[in-house]
Amino acid sequence: MADSQLELFEVFIRSKRGLDHKHVGSLHAQDHAQALEYARDCYTRRSEGVSIWVVKSSDICASQEEDSECFFDPSDDKPYRLAGYYRLPDPVDNM
Amino acid sequence: MQGDANDRELEHSFLRRIGEEQKIEPKDWMPEAYRQSLLRQISQHAHSEVIGMQPEGNYLTRAPSLRRKAVLLAKVQDEAGHGLYLYSAAETLGTPRSEMIAALQSGAAKYASIFNYPAQTWGDVGAIGWLVDGAAIVNQVSLQRTSYGPYARGMVRICKEESFHQRQGYEIMLMLAQGSAAQRRMAQDSLNRFYWPALMMFGPTDSASAHSARAMQWKIKRETNDELRQKFIDQTVPQIEFLGLQHPDPEICWNAERNHYDHGEIDWDEFYAVINGNGHCNRQRLAHHIRAHRAGAWVRDAVAAHQQKLAQRTAAAT
Repeated sequence: MADSQLELFEVFIRSKRGLDHKHVGSLHAQDHAQALEYARDCYTRRSEGVSIWVVKSSDICASQEEDSECFFDPSDDKPYRLAGYYRLPDPVDNM
Repeated sequence: MQGDANDRELEHSFLRRIGEEQKIEPKDWMPEAYRQSLLRQISQHAHSEVIGMQPEGNYLTRAPSLRRKAVLLAKVQDEAGHGLYLYSAAETLGTPRSEMIAALQSGAAKYASIFNYPAQTWGDVGAIGWLVDGAAIVNQVSLQRTSYGPYARGMVRICKEESFHQRQGYEIMLMLAQGSAAQRRMAQDSLNRFYWPALMMFGPTDSASAHSARAMQWKIKRETNDELRQKFIDQTVPQIEFLGLQHPDPEICWNAERNHYDHGEIDWDEFYAVINGNGHCNRQRLAHHIRAHRAGAWVRDAVAAHQQKLAQRTAAAT
């Protein structure tokens, strides 16, 4: 099938001016321009956004959840990175 | 002629967006002066985060306990990260990071003058977290509403992460203030030396501020230097009182009519002297940055060499 030759793209939509683009899904397309048009048709039929990004899925490098231990565990024993770790007396606690 | 009319129309829609509290995004048309103004402010902010690691970094090996060391390390690490967020936000304006760093190192770009003051004692590390980060937070909270999208979003992230910086500093001050007579003296001395420079962090008074008016008009800045400074002065008074330390400004006095504290005159001669290169540490800070940058050259070279080798291998395989 010809379809299998189309590339996979990931779609990101900015729902409102000022907010980050957020991943909404993916689609197959021939190139970036076509992916953008398809994304408009597929993902913004109800005015979901004001801007679309398309990125080739093959260009995304992702960490795997099985590796999350070595990626994220080191944060677990560092509660001092959070404001709540520092107990301040009531009169000055609003900083 | 048509180009002019087009430009006017673009500028009109830009100003309408600003007027409607909409963010400006990287690919939007914007006046060149808006772009330049943002680039100056965001890169200066980024440089401040990076240079700001030096006075505290100096205490990483000297912190009085393992807990304090871990906390300080986390804070300094945050500053590096915040510098990165800000350089990235500035890069969306089309200027490469290498150009910004070169401008810092040549002295063409500025960073917050406060970092030209030395951290001389452990009390200074407390005062820096409490007062310097405290002042920075007042400014950054306001900048969460800046008109440039990437800058505003960076500020949101930074404010969230930075909330512990001020608290750990105040905690250090609290310990010293409740400690021995010598420790109380150390706390008072640090407060005395860092209070006024912290007030200067908000920049010249509104009437003397070169960039303020237009930055306010374009909503790059949302509150004036003096408004932000007043906020900081007001919030700091009860914090000093709670520590039981003496306020460094003898003229500090509640004004019920204004609903603010009146305060003494800031030494603007000192402010301009430090900005113009004559602070205690100006040369040292830049020299250290240049040295560290050069010392890292081999890493950048190695990355490039590795990249080249990989490309050659791929080419050979096909």
